[in-house]
Amino acid sequence: MSAPTGPDPLTPVLTRRWQSPRSWSLSTYEQLEGYQGLRHAFTAHPDQLVALVKESGLRGRGGAGFPTGMKWGFIPQGATGPGAKPKYLVVNADESEPGTCKDIPTMMADPHSLVEGCIITSYAIRANFCAIYIRGEALHPMRRVRHAVEEAYRAGYLGKDILGSGFDLDVVVHAGAGAYICGEETALLDSLEGRRGQPRLKPPFPATSGLYASPTVVNNVETIASVPAIVLGGSDWFRSMGTEKSPGPKIYSVSGHVEAPGQYEAPLGITLRQLLELAGGMKDGIPLKFWTPGGSSTPLLTAEHLDVPLDFEGATAAGSMLGTTAVQVFNETVSVPWAVMKWTEFYKHESCGKCTPCREGTYWLVGILQRMVQGEGTPTDVETLLDICDNVLGRSFCALGDGATSPITSAIQYFRQEFLDLCATQPAVASEVEPAGAMA
Amino acid sequence: MMFDDLTRERTREIISRYPQSRSALLPLLHLVQSVEGHVSQDGIRYCAAALDLTTAEVSAVATFYTMYKRTPCGEHLVSVCTNTLCAALGGDEIYGRLSAKLGVGHEETAGEPGSTGSITLEHAECLAACDMAPVVQVNYEFYDNQTVSSAETLVDALARGEKPHPTRGAPLTDLRTASLELAGVFPGLETSVAGPSVSDETLRGARLASDRGWRAPSMPDAPPAFPPLPEKKP
Repeated sequence: MSAPTGPDPLTPVLTRRWQSPRSWSLSTYEQLEGYQGLRHAFTAHPDQLVALVKESGLRGRGGAGFPTGMKWGFIPQGATGPGAKPKYLVVNADESEPGTCKDIPTMMADPHSLVEGCIITSYAIRANFCAIYIRGEALHPMRRVRHAVEEAYRAGYLGKDILGSGFDLDVVVHAGAGAYICGEETALLDSLEGRRGQPRLKPPFPATSGLYASPTVVNNVETIASVPAIVLGGSDWFRSMGTEKSPGPKIYSVSGHVEAPGQYEAPLGITLRQLLELAGGMKDGIPLKFWTPGGSSTPLLTAEHLDVPLDFEGATAAGSMLGTTAVQVFNETVSVPWAVMKWTEFYKHESCGKCTPCREGTYWLVGILQRMVQGEGTPTDVETLLDICDNVLGRSFCALGDGATSPITSAIQYFRQEFLDLCATQPAVASEVEPAGAMA
Repeated sequence: MMFDDLTRERTREIISRYPQSRSALLPLLHLVQSVEGHVSQDGIRYCAAALDLTTAEVSAVATFYTMYKRTPCGEHLVSVCTNTLCAALGGDEIYGRLSAKLGVGHEETAGEPGSTGSITLEHAECLAACDMAPVVQVNYEFYDNQTVSSAETLVDALARGEKPHPTRGAPLTDLRTASLELAGVFPGLETSVAGPSVSDETLRGARLASDRGWRAPSMPDAPPAFPPLPEKKP
């Protein structure tokens, strides 16, 4: 992707202020272009901001990659009918997908970029109330965001008649209470309404019936924090990074068996081979075995996929998904069935219980995987796992169930023999194993 | 359990933040936990009365979320990430050693709940600090890049009544104070906000870019004109 005229390998935009002293304070933020995007945004008609974000090609950074400007454009406007209802912006800061660790450092190091993004977005969609839903375990990020909100109120960036624009906005920082499912946007809305965090049937989508059954935009932290730079730089500037369909910079969170794990902000489309070079290579030189491009819900990839461009299209073409660009790297010392068992235990724990395929499926998947890892599995268990996954994928109420099957099916695709070897090496089981035995 | 006037005042303030009162339920459960050290039936009744809900409605919510503890907790809550990546890098061993050392299992408390140095242990799902794995939290403050021995040292200090500073976060307090902050009440925010937050890992990419002179493409000198106002659809 690095054409001679292309951007540098790393392109700090969201992370450009992180090294500054007290980067989280208003004074630092204002010295570094802070709130200039907002001032410029107020010179535009809200619809022009929606058009700008559409032109920029910004896609949601929470995992699904839905075009942000299009999402904003779905909000009904007008003095009568559905457009007359109050509109809401809800920021999804419930970062919980295993491997994902980009929003928490963003909120810690540069909370004002999120607050400024919230104001511009709320102005664009004509919302006067915005809630930032932060996972409960992220206490220090919550302090930073709360402090930034208080500073913004004192400076006149929030409240009534912001900067003389006539636009009013209140922002509430809201703590979750420990439920991965609340990262699903409709479950988040139910949670924000003071209910169990269980997903809603879609349609109606949040754009027409979201918070309090009113038109609502739900966007990820990194998405919203990208907005001020787009307003200042314009869509052509934003598109000078990344690819045609996946433009812009993106924070890649590299973790696991590498020498220098951390946050690397690069144009969309960087490869794992390039990221590993930046991260100092595999730890202690032990070879790569498997990795996730964007969290545990994105199918595993292997050393065959070092040169897959990590943008939305590239990851999908390789049989996975870009997800949250949570690049978890595992070396040859890690057992694939064990890793998959651990992830499946996570999905079982976090399944909200609303729908049967996910609730029951994850229960049985864990049981089978634990049995296999304990050395009491049989080769037919592999087919049973795939059969259960087939009954969960696409049949669950929300994407949690789908995501639960990703590690299992991809692990069996690339490492089937490792599952079989786990059974074959157990003498107690091996004696009773007949090849090609049919399921009872 | 008595909920005093200050708690009632905070309750009213929390409810006033939201367009609809029921949205205050999660913060109020955190508030109740800050007073009681857990969420008791009294706490359930208090929230129900404050929001004009039934106790069944509040119980349904309180039991759904893992951060609301239904039995009295220790002064500190120690959470060890045992999700796949942390576990592979030592999280399982850390949890196992702490469990053996404290003589307690998941969501069990060593020591008299609420007394100084008492510790509730739990294994946690991914805590979103994977570049600093394996990670432990105490009262939701981050202790990054742990080993079995560093985690043991940490827990020993907590048990002695000490409060080692987190790797990232504010000076350690206790679970009740953290719960108050989760309710959205931040006494001393000007001080607590300043705790360290950026680790070497957080800054790695930004520093590497600085060292090598890599930058995002320059923005235009002045913000470019906005796209024209889209034509109204008939």
